[in-house]
Amino acid sequence: MSSIVSLPDQTTARIPKRNYLTNENGILSWLLTGDHKRIAILYLISITFFFFIGGALAALIRLELLTPQSDLMAADTYNKVFSMHGIIMIFLFLVPSVPATLGNFLIPIMVGAKDLAFPKINLLSWYLYLIGGGMTLWAMISGGVDTGWTFTVPLSTHYLNTNVVTTGLAIFVAGFSSIFTGLNFIVTIHRMRAPGMTWFKLPLFVWSNYAASILMVLGTPVLAITLVLVVLERTIGIGVFDPTKGGDPILFQHLFWFYSHPAVYIMILPGMGVISEVISTFSRKRVFGYSAVAFSSVAIAVFGFFVWEHHMFIMGVSNYSTLIFSLLTMLVAVPSAIKIFNWAFTLYKGSITFETPMLYAFGFMGLFTIGGLTGVFLGSSGTDIHLTETYFIVAHFHFVMVGGMLMAFLSGIHFWWPKMTGRMYPEKLSQLAAVVTFIGFNFTFFPQFLLGMLGMPRRYAAYPPEFQVLNVFSTAGATILGVGYLLPMIYLVWSLKYGQIAGNNPWQATGLEWQIQSPPLTENFIEIPVVTQDAYDYEWLERQKEREVTQVG
Amino acid sequence: MDSPTVALHESTHSEHPSYQRHHFVTMAQQRESASFGMWLFLLTEIMFFGGMFTAYLIYRNWYYPAFVAGSHTLSIVLGTTNTAVLITSSFTMAMGVWCAETRRRGGLILSIILTLILGLAFLGIKSVEYHEKWVQHHVPGLRFDAMSFVHPKAEPGQPAEPGLPLDMAQHTEVYFSLYFAMTGMHALHMIIGMGLLIFMLIKAIRGAYDNGNITFIENFGLYWHFVDIVWIFLFPLLYLISRHQ
Amino acid sequence: MSELEANHAEEPHIVSPKIYAMIAATLLICTGLTVAASYLELGPWNAVVALGIAVFKATLVVLFFMHIKYSSNLMKLTVGAGLFTFLALVGMSMSDYISRAWGSF
Repeated sequence: MSSIVSLPDQTTARIPKRNYLTNENGILSWLLTGDHKRIAILYLISITFFFFIGGALAALIRLELLTPQSDLMAADTYNKVFSMHGIIMIFLFLVPSVPATLGNFLIPIMVGAKDLAFPKINLLSWYLYLIGGGMTLWAMISGGVDTGWTFTVPLSTHYLNTNVVTTGLAIFVAGFSSIFTGLNFIVTIHRMRAPGMTWFKLPLFVWSNYAASILMVLGTPVLAITLVLVVLERTIGIGVFDPTKGGDPILFQHLFWFYSHPAVYIMILPGMGVISEVISTFSRKRVFGYSAVAFSSVAIAVFGFFVWEHHMFIMGVSNYSTLIFSLLTMLVAVPSAIKIFNWAFTLYKGSITFETPMLYAFGFMGLFTIGGLTGVFLGSSGTDIHLTETYFIVAHFHFVMVGGMLMAFLSGIHFWWPKMTGRMYPEKLSQLAAVVTFIGFNFTFFPQFLLGMLGMPRRYAAYPPEFQVLNVFSTAGATILGVGYLLPMIYLVWSLKYGQIAGNNPWQATGLEWQIQSPPLTENFIEIPVVTQDAYDYEWLERQKEREVTQVG
Repeated sequence: MDSPTVALHESTHSEHPSYQRHHFVTMAQQRESASFGMWLFLLTEIMFFGGMFTAYLIYRNWYYPAFVAGSHTLSIVLGTTNTAVLITSSFTMAMGVWCAETRRRGGLILSIILTLILGLAFLGIKSVEYHEKWVQHHVPGLRFDAMSFVHPKAEPGQPAEPGLPLDMAQHTEVYFSLYFAMTGMHALHMIIGMGLLIFMLIKAIRGAYDNGNITFIENFGLYWHFVDIVWIFLFPLLYLISRHQ
Repeated sequence: MSELEANHAEEPHIVSPKIYAMIAATLLICTGLTVAASYLELGPWNAVVALGIAVFKATLVVLFFMHIKYSSNLMKLTVGAGLFTFLALVGMSMSDYISRAWGSF
């Protein structure tokens, strides 16, 4: 199989002595750092930690569902396990995953800046994340919470005596971490671009993170106030959502989903940015319809604010607004499809190679398309009434979030691993991991579509025996999936010491981040670059290389 | 932190003032980034209060008589005074920013002190109002009794207002929930602002802003005016519902 | 062209104290007006007048105290974005509440 990887001669190559990792030493130089790259690494470690906690909870869920009876754990324990799985995976893994790690690391470099606009706020955002994460863990250890990740009232305010307040405040704090990340990105992208770096020369990764940042800044505070009201209602008993006092529980749903629907775009958009970079690099072509892809990110962000009620069709909202929201929901399919089609056209007649990031990207395209199309089923109010609150919806959002976002995250981690650490991951093993993940994923979640169509409801520890075969399939797939996620964890850590030296530009990619040393210097650039080339201009890269050869020769 | 020598240093090298952070190319870039960042933060604040305004709008339409009755228990004198106090404090803060921009240290200190006093006055009046609600059993959840709306007491010299039916009277609890949530969040923002004002006062007395590095003051000014704007909406919505009835 | 270059030379506009004083006075007068208006019997227009005055006051604060009148288009757009999203929240939620009582199709 051909490959575009070009590594320096391993016998002479060295990791540059001065880089952001070696610039300062000691634990304090990490904990008090303002360097966006170090904060990205801190984030990477913390979200990986939470990912494995969330993953362990997922394993417990699948084990419980191996048999129709609730025999592994009691039903209320099961409620706590799936609630915590959702809370950790959404607020502590998916929301910060790509933006806070890859985005933090790459956005300043991609726009040609020395750092994000507000380094201290960036560090503050990580600490807020840790506080939020710590509180969530505390809530879990000290008895758990069983509201589901949606904190539905009046269940959460009146009928449970679990740690709703602690968890709610934890999410409140973690939310501000996300707001500050988004704020930092927007200011950086607007104000810190290098000379010549116009909006339409920006890599699409920057565009999609920009769109996600808008959602973070404008959506998250609505969740914050909703959680504050829930906490106030639970602690002192004010009556905003309480139906016995005249409040409307559906108002809670409106406010909650006003954030939580855009939140799924906060999660997926940065992943789409990763895919744009990877597809272009490994097919050696400019992304087809660059501006269409760029604007589709912004369109997804804007439409994202107008569709939230499709989570509430069966909750007693008015028929007429159901009609409006159902129609508007179909609109979101348009920019998402634009992206998928344009990536497909980018591949067309490209020189495609199958390195690991590309394999993950293919996984993303396939699984996200299935996830997206089943979303259309759920957005149509008629079929939604049959399918919602069944395993169909569980399968749908896992296809988008795990099959889409997690694949994109892993794709990005592999793609930029050489840049972040200066070393390559083992190629064959990681290709195996990508394939195992894809197979395991389909085994786990495809049966859940069928279960949902058959009518198995979500969020129950027990189920009728006729659903067992498909559930066994799903649990078996989950073990394969688990292996697929453990493998990168192991070999990526291994590669930190034993991986091959990557050199500046192992993929022959065009982004500004690939034109500097790996790992980069603390100040990123020796001198601020003046940008004249378009994004994904591979001819420009060839000319650059030729010039270097003639100069050195 | 910043010492008086900084100003001296700055006058000799006007190209790159010492307070320009390393990752910014020009001072203009740093200044614009800071104020843009502040505005984005204010957007999150708009949406933060926006959730409560949405709730207010819905319940006001549902329980209009209860909202009228609840609103009439608030003191219009105290409310109007507080509005005037807060607008004046916004003015003194704007003057503070102007003094900082034109490098008048004395004026800046005076403006900050006046803003502090006015802010304290606002919170003082607010706490008097809160206390009154507590006495009248109008605090939702903790200490609430809707009977005063079913059988309103006649004020001296005036005929008693007609009472509300029991179920509507109970919905005044929703009004007071929103009243306390909205004014409480607003007061919390004021308290945070007072803390920052004291911080700025200390720095201003030490002369930290004499060198033109006034980003913090400008951004605090934006924050303070935003808090003012929230009150500008809260006042008519909470205090002035159909006063003529 | 990046905005950086466009705004490069601009020094921040300093608003004079006279304008601040005028705005503050207008705000205080408007406060009086809105209190007075609430005692008039205007039916549904009471709420409209009260909100209209509040919007007018808020606009003055944003334009002058918060310097938006003298700021770049980006800042104006930012304020607009906040307003737009807030209206989306209120408006789209209302689409449910106003039509709930209409019954089935």
